[in-house]
Order: sequence, then C-alpha cells, then structure tokens
Amino acid sequence: MASPETRRRLGENVTAYGFLCAALVVFSLFAWYPAIRNIILSFQEVNFVRGSSWVGFDNFSYIFDDPLFATAWRNSAIFTLYALVLGFGVPFVTALLINEFRHARAYFRVLVYLPVMLPPVVVALMWRWFYQPDGGLINEILGTVGLPTSDWTNSSSTALISLVIVSTWANMGTATLIYLAALQTIPGELYEAAELEGAGIWRRIWHVTIPQTRFVILMLLLLQVVATMQVFTEPFVMTGGGPQDSTVTVMLLIYRYAFVYNNFGAASAMSLLLLLVLAVFSAAYLRVTRSQQT
Amino acid sequence: MREAQLRTLVRPAVLKTTRGRLVYWSLFAIAIILFTVAFIIPLYWMVTGGLKSSPELARNPPTYIPEEFHPSNYSDTWNRLELARYFGNTVVLIGGAWLLGLAIQLPAAYALSKLRPRFGKIVLGMMLVTLMVPATALLIPTYLTVTDVPVLGLNLINNPAAVWLPAAANAFNIYVLKNFFDQIPDELLDAARIDGAGAFTTMWRIILPLSRPIIAVVSILSISALWRDFLWPMVVLPDPAKQPITVYLQRIADTTSLNMLIAGMVLASIPLVVVFLIFQRHILAGLTAGSLKG
Repeated sequence: MASPETRRRLGENVTAYGFLCAALVVFSLFAWYPAIRNIILSFQEVNFVRGSSWVGFDNFSYIFDDPLFATAWRNSAIFTLYALVLGFGVPFVTALLINEFRHARAYFRVLVYLPVMLPPVVVALMWRWFYQPDGGLINEILGTVGLPTSDWTNSSSTALISLVIVSTWANMGTATLIYLAALQTIPGELYEAAELEGAGIWRRIWHVTIPQTRFVILMLLLLQVVATMQVFTEPFVMTGGGPQDSTVTVMLLIYRYAFVYNNFGAASAMSLLLLLVLAVFSAAYLRVTRSQQT
Repeated sequence: MREAQLRTLVRPAVLKTTRGRLVYWSLFAIAIILFTVAFIIPLYWMVTGGLKSSPELARNPPTYIPEEFHPSNYSDTWNRLELARYFGNTVVLIGGAWLLGLAIQLPAAYALSKLRPRFGKIVLGMMLVTLMVPATALLIPTYLTVTDVPVLGLNLINNPAAVWLPAAANAFNIYVLKNFFDQIPDELLDAARIDGAGAFTTMWRIILPLSRPIIAVVSILSISALWRDFLWPMVVLPDPAKQPITVYLQRIADTTSLNMLIAGMVLASIPLVVVFLIFQRHILAGLTAGSLKG
C-alpha cells in the first residue's frame, strides 16, 4: 500500500508534468526529434514516394565530390573572419567613443540600433540597390568626397566583403550597446591608478579597458561565429551566390541541395557537418557564460 | 537621458584644457557626421526613393532631393501590392507564435522552478542542449517533420502552425523565465497554498503578476527574432497568399518596378521602427540587462 506521503509526491509530480506537457511535446517534435533525425537522414536517400532507403556514406561522397563544397566552406569561413574583424572592431571602437562623449549619447545609441529593427530582407534589398555601380548611393557618396569607387557585389573579388559590410551595418547595434553597458561597469579608480603609473591612453585601453571587458568580448565573438557560419539571407537575396560562386555559403548550398535539387540526403549530410562545427563554438560559449556565473 | 557621469578613459581635467576641448569637439563633430551618414542617409534615401517617379529613380547621377514628389506612390503601392493582406499574414504568424510560445513556456518554467518534479533537472538540461544546435542548421529535418508530423500524421505546410509550433520550442525563454521565478520567495506560494489555492491559481495570481518585466523582455526578444526570420517562413509557406510581408517582398523584387518595391520596403519597415522609437528606452535597457546578467 502506498503511504499518503508517496501518494502526495505522486500527485505533485503529475501536476508538474501537466504544466510541462505542452513544452515536452513541442520540444520532442521540433527540437529533439529533428536533431536525431538529421543524423539518420545523412545516411539515407530521401524519397517522398517510395520511402527512404539506407545508402551508407553515399551522401557524403556526393557532397565531397561537389566542386562547390570547398568553395562554400571557404566562403563561410572568410565571411566569418571578416565579420569577426569588422563586427568586433567597429562596435567596440564605437562604444569606446560614445562612452567618452558627454553629449548626444541617446542620439548615438538610437541611431546605431535603428538598423537592427529593419527586417534583414529589407536591408538586403536596400543595399542591393545602394551597391549599383552606376548611380548607386554608395559610389555616389564615395565619388563626392573623392574616394575610389568599386563594383561591390558585381565583382567576384569584392562581393563577399560587400556582404560583410551589410551584415555589420545591420547588426552592429546590438554589440555596440552591450559593449557600452560593459564599459560603464569599469571602476574609474582603475583608470586613475593606471594614470599614476604613467600609462597613456593606448596603454590604458590595453591594460584596463580590454581586460575588464574580456568576458563580454569573448561571449559576443563566439555568438557571432555561430551566427555568421549560418549566413543565408544576404547572399540569397543580394547575389544568389554569384558572381562566379564567390558568395555561395554553406547554408545557401544546403538550401540548394534540398529545395532546388530535391536531394534531402545530401542537404542533411552537409547540415550534419555544419552542426558539428557550430556545436564546438556553442559549447565554448556555454562554458564561458557558465564560468562567469558565480 | 541624463546619467551619472562616470570616470572614463579620458581624465576629466584634460577636458578642461583648451587643447582637450578642441580634440573633444572635433572628434564629436566627426562622430556626429559619420553616424548621420551611416544611419540616417540610407533611410532618407529609401523614403525619398519611394517618392520619386520611375524615370527619376533610374537617373545617373541620382537626385538628392526628389524633383517631383509623388506621395501617391505610397498609396498606390499599398493597394496594388495588396500590402494589407501581407501585413495581416505577418501579424497572424508573429502574434500566434508569440502567444502560443508564452502559453507553453510560462507553465513549463513555473513547473521547473516551483513544482520541481522528479527528473526536472534532466528535462531542463535536455532543453538547454538544444541551444547548442541552432534551428537554422536543423532546417532540413525540421522541414521534413513539418511536412509529416509524427504520431499526428499532419502536413503543416502552408499552415501558420508550421511557424508557431517550432518557435514555441524556445529553451532560452524557458531558461530566462525559470531564473526569474527562482527569485520569487517560496513563502509567498506557501501562503497561497494554505489559503487553498491550487498550482494553476498560484501561477496565475502570484507568479505572473510579479513577472511582468521579464515577460516583457522575453516578448520583445521573441517578436524581434520572428520578425527577422526569413528562411523558415519562406520554406514552409510556399503558397504566395500565406506569406509574411518579408518573404513576399523578396519574391516580387525582380518583377516589380523599383519605386514600388522601395515604397513597399519602407512601409514594411515602419511598424517596428515606430514601436522602437516610442519604447526605445525600455527596449535598450532590457537588451543590455538581459545580455549582461546572462
């Protein structure tokens, strides 16, 4: 016979799982099951009519044989690298500057965050128009102040960096505001102490500002790698992967395999490789944030 | 926005010297100009582009101020592109996902935080693991799951639920809500229980009213993520009549006259930008608070 105590515990558990059940259903169907299914699909030929069949490593040999495989990984890696340099440098310097100013801080803050509020599709379409070599806004501004113009997205040598500029412009607001908040937590005594030691402005940045914001910098860099490795909207809308495949990214290739060539097995194999790469960075991110929570 | 002045990188005394003032104001002027060029001019270019006639838009060099204003272009675009319908679709998709998400995530977080069922820690851990696997990278298996939902055997393609359900499986929201609920003292709940309140009444009457600020933060984050998502709605809503405005604009970009497309882009951007400008303080405060506390 169950004691009243056990029965009460059982009742409490039933109630708790009642509250959890909807969450468990959506997680099972749309998070846990797809994660496992992605591995299975990688070794299958997906056929909607005849059902799926096991094909071993055929999907992997198919994608390794695709000349675009290396191109896509290289482009995504270069994109990520550029985005790290621009996406770290620009917001950090911007935050440093805003933090020194005594006027119009709200204006700077609202402006830098404004593009984050625009849908990425609108941003991509807008910049596609700005980048036009003849009569486009960007070349027009550069020409006016006497700087050299460029072919931007119309040349395979500059297309990728053009997309990085767009993505930095659109997303730097978040990073800038987070850096700004981090800068405001640095105790002023540290700067005063550095001054007494005779440290100039650059050494103060190097020895006080950067070590004090190290955790936030690392956190945002890792998040950014995870975000830019999955870049899709900009190349899809602005260049379609061109010119000469110079902007084909991993996610764009996955999309093509699945929704253009109807080869879901190859798309899953490619996704599996991407997931492995992303999981490494996500794990690092979680470790960094955990270590900080004391 | 008046803030308490903190001691920053530059010594306050330096700003009192003539040379210090000169450097400060010249840097300030440069920053104002750069920010305005980078963030205001693109938006100005879009809004005025939507006011120009087609021949004027095609001109090289472009006109900085429209020679002829055609405000009717905006109303024509609204009617001819049937933007009301696509805005309606967007509201249904985002509003439904937001409400369903809260309806699933709030009880789940409450159960994990306060009802503490057996294996609750394991359930939370399994949910958090999904954060390491970004949804975009699981595009293919999630898509195949939506085309044929296991157990239920439903095909959700072209159904708003294809956007609502996967969005509800959001571990980050559950984690943030649970952390907040953890800080609500148990004594409050015990008092309610002694008064004979059940688990649901306790959540509804005590926990939720105390959690308004965190629910607002989670809502802002969810809605802006949904607003920015493009790949998923494009893939699961192939029927043009069901698409949100962003997918629609991308689809018609190459077949619509430029001035109409630009007017459509401006109209699509207005709602969130206006909301942001009204609530910018709360949004920016919520953003940085949420990110620094982790």
